This record gives sequence, C-alpha cells and structure tokens, in this order.
Amino acid sequence: MADLVRILSPCGMLGYGFPASSFLKGLEYDLHGIVVDAGSTDAGPHKLGAGVSIVSRRAAKKDLELLIIHGLPRKIPIIIGSAGGAGAKPHLDWTLDIIYEILSEQKLSAKLAIIPADIPQKTVLNANKHHQIQPLSPNIPALNAETILQTHSIVAQMGHEPILSALENRSDIIVCGRAYDPSPFAAIGLFHGKDPGLSYHLGKILECGALCAEPGTTKDCILGTITGDSFTVQSLNAKRKCSPVSVAAHTFYEKEHPYILHGPGFTLDLEQCSFIEKEPGVVEVKNSRYLRSDEYWIKLEGARRAAYRTFVLAGIRDPLLLGQLESVEELVVRQTAEYYSEIDAEEYEIRFYHYGKNAVLGPREPVPFSGHEVGVMFEVLAQTQELASSICATVRSTFLHYGYENRKSTAGNLAFPFAPSDIEFGPVYEFSIYHLMKASGDFFTVQYEEVTDGCSL
Amino acid sequence: MAALYELAKVIRSKNSGPFELTLDILFDSASTYERVKKSGKVTPAAISKLYGTDESQIHHFVFFDQALGIKITMARTVSSGTIGDRDVYGAQQHAPLFSIEID
Repeated sequence: MADLVRILSPCGMLGYGFPASSFLKGLEYDLHGIVVDAGSTDAGPHKLGAGVSIVSRRAAKKDLELLIIHGLPRKIPIIIGSAGGAGAKPHLDWTLDIIYEILSEQKLSAKLAIIPADIPQKTVLNANKHHQIQPLSPNIPALNAETILQTHSIVAQMGHEPILSALENRSDIIVCGRAYDPSPFAAIGLFHGKDPGLSYHLGKILECGALCAEPGTTKDCILGTITGDSFTVQSLNAKRKCSPVSVAAHTFYEKEHPYILHGPGFTLDLEQCSFIEKEPGVVEVKNSRYLRSDEYWIKLEGARRAAYRTFVLAGIRDPLLLGQLESVEELVVRQTAEYYSEIDAEEYEIRFYHYGKNAVLGPREPVPFSGHEVGVMFEVLAQTQELASSICATVRSTFLHYGYENRKSTAGNLAFPFAPSDIEFGPVYEFSIYHLMKASGDFFTVQYEEVTDGCSL
Repeated sequence: MAALYELAKVIRSKNSGPFELTLDILFDSASTYERVKKSGKVTPAAISKLYGTDESQIHHFVFFDQALGIKITMARTVSSGTIGDRDVYGAQQHAPLFSIEID
C-alpha cells in the first residue's frame, strides 16, 4: 500500500480547458492517477437524447492531448468519467475516436479499458416488472412500460467496481460511460488500499476541478492526497487557494443534502468531518464515513423526445404595447388558432417568455434601465418540426402586425435581431427516466484494447 | 437589521439532479452564521412562502455547522431542460433569498 496516494484533477469537465502551467506543476508530484470528469446532467436531457456532447471536439482533444502526452510516458493511469457528457455509446465512441487520433498522431502505445454504461430497454422493463425500480425523488413519476419503450437512450451510473477492475488489469487509459461523478477518483484511492470514505469524499471534492478553491473555477487543476486517516486538497495555481470553508462548502455543491451523499451501493456520511488548514492553502479533511448499503441500487438516466420546437426572439420597446403585452399575446394565440382551425389545439403549444434590458436601442438607449423594454421569446412545440414551424410563422406574423387597441406604431410590433427570425430548434427531450434500479456491483463489463505505436490491433 | 445578501458570502442555486433545485447560503464567519441560524427568519415556512411552493415540496432543509452553511432542496416544478423550463442549470433561482431581513 502506498503511504500517500496523489490524484490530479485537471478541470471540472473534460473540454472546459485548464492552464497547462497548473497541470505541469501537478506533474512535479509523484501522481497515482490523473482523473477527469466529463459528464453532467446539468445541460439538460438533450445531450443524452440526441447523443451529442456538451463541449466541442476541438476542446476535448486539446485537453486530452495534455493528459495523454504527459501522463502516458510517466505510467500514470488516466481515467475519464462519463465520457462525452452523457456517457452513452455515441459519447463513448466520440471520446475514443479522439483518443485513438491522439495516440496515432503521437505514435504512442497504451492499454485502453472501455466501460460502457448503456442499459437495454429490456433490462429496465424486466426490472420494473419485478418492482426493482423506484423514482429518485418524490416528484418523479413511477416508471411504466410505455415510458421505458419511448426512451431510447438509457444509461446507468457505475460505481468504482469496474474501474477498479480496469486498474487491476493495468490499464493506461480508462474511458468510462456514465459514472457516479466521484467514482473514477475513488477508484484510485481504493486501488491503493485507502479508506473508501476518504476516497469518495475526495472524489466529490475533485470532480469539479478547482471549484473547491478561492476564487473557484472548473477550469483549473487541483491536487488531492490521501494518507492513512485523512486527505488533503490544494490548488496547483498560485492565483487560488483552498481554505477550510471553501472545501467544506464545496462538499455542499449541487447535492440535495449537505452531508449525506448517496452513491451506487453506499451512503457517504460527512456530518462528523473536520476541515483544517494543515499548511497555507492545504486543507486536511478527516472522518468521512462510507456506509455500505445492504442492497445495491444504481441510478438510471434516460431521455425521450417530448416534441419539436421552433422559436423566435424579438424585442419590444413600444410603451403602449408593453402596457398590455399579455393580453395582446392572448389575442395573437386566439387569432393563430382561428387561422389553423383544422388543427386540434392539443397538437401544439405556444409559450411566451419575457426578458429585458436595453436590447432594442443598445448603446443609444437614453433612459436608465427601469424595465422599459421586454425581450420576448415565443416558442411553438408540436410533434413534428413542420407543424411547429408553420404555427410559429403564423404566431410571428400575427404578433408583428397585430392591431392592438390604441396602437400608434402601425408598421410593426417586434424588433427582430436576426433574419430569418424563426429558428428551428429540432427535437426537445425530457428526462423520462431518473430512477434507481436494483443491481449488483459487478453490473458493468470492462472491454480492453491495445494500441501499439499509435496503431490499434 | 440586515438583508441576507449583505451577511452571506455565497447565495447560490443549482440543480441537484434534473428534478430538484438546491439553494446554498454560505457564510465566512461563525458569528454571522449563528446570527442567521438563530434569527428564525430562514425556515421551511419562510422559504416556501418566498418561492410560492408548498412546504411539502421542500425535500431538505439543513444547517451544516462545519461549512457555515444552510442548504435547502426543493422539487422542481418542471424537470431540467424540457418544455416549460426557464433555467436549465437552475443557476438563477437564488435571488428571492436576497431580500430576507435578519435582525
């Protein structure tokens, strides 16, 4: 067992970028792993539903290049959690394609471990039939077969178990599908025999990059070190510092409870933790408790298509119209419905959103901001793009020329910033599955691949 | 009297998963944190009134002394990023907290 286990987290999301100088500073330490989270549900269900990534390929490659070029020759395991954002097959393939490209360009050799997280509909249907699925929070509806069948992208969040197995098989680069964010970090500590509570709590702190430092950012590197009965965190950039409050406060971040965290197969109890400044900028944490659950439940995430959207953004500066905005919008909707009398009103939905500050006159605005203009966004949702766009075009032209009471501005009611004004958004998704499913800890299968001098065999 | 935004170091909101919104109020001095905690102004009842939601929709309301922070987690009315959501990351839902007056 290593006395000290050091993990470098380069940034909060692969492709967000980080200063190379911070990363190189981290390499001055004897590192046991470079781990980067690439995933999130933050950007909504679209990424999972549409199979696209949240960062650009260019940015992901830029970050991965630094990791691979410096990490691989030093034999430091590199782990990517929740590849491509949502961690489903298209996201995993997208990430692997970039990695193969880098290895090929640099003529490097590596043993790759790939851990898919896709869950077939059949598995979910079966588990649901056997009452082995439950909603994650009380405001999520219970699953039914119809919802499962409508959900074509389903992933499960893996714990540390398959990642640990990839480390035991001496993998150089481990690419995980959807993973519980702290698990890829925790796997390094656990591989070296460290306490699971400390390993997971450190993972929770490291997964957002330097967000636990002050000033916090997801776009910088942070170093975590696990010892016998504690772990420490420190910034790798002189511009930011970890403090006991910044690290304790980060334990809070984006979780539903400040000190009880639920992960696959366990609960983390951080109520008795202490946060102490050991050296300037180095915060030591103790008493993170890992409580193994009697039953192993994993979190499922699934997205289904809800509708297609077309929308318009426009500004309104006319005070007479602003004084009766909502009622004019109601009249526009009514007139649109009358025009499309052959279409059932249930088949589409028109929604208005009001935003505003100096968007219409820009720098020539003479009046101090006081809510004198409104940015209106309206959207039409329907089951086909064609229907959404047709109705949106009618709403737009009706709104633009609507002759409301006492109108002086008979030339038009809306200031469009763009031509064309109507934007086809494409499909809109929703998280249709966000449930726990009973499973075993070895639910995920690791696949291995060898790359020799840039060529995969 | 002081407004909560004058006393807190951080007042933020964020999704905690697509179906929940979490509010964090963090302080940089133990005395200010204690003052707010003991004021009786930050309560589930006050939050539900401020956000126009039923108290049953507040899933967690916890004071975490080590972090000098208060965490409030409530049900989202619309899940993140789908039809009718106005804040995909839930990152601009904290402002109503600013106005809470602390004795």
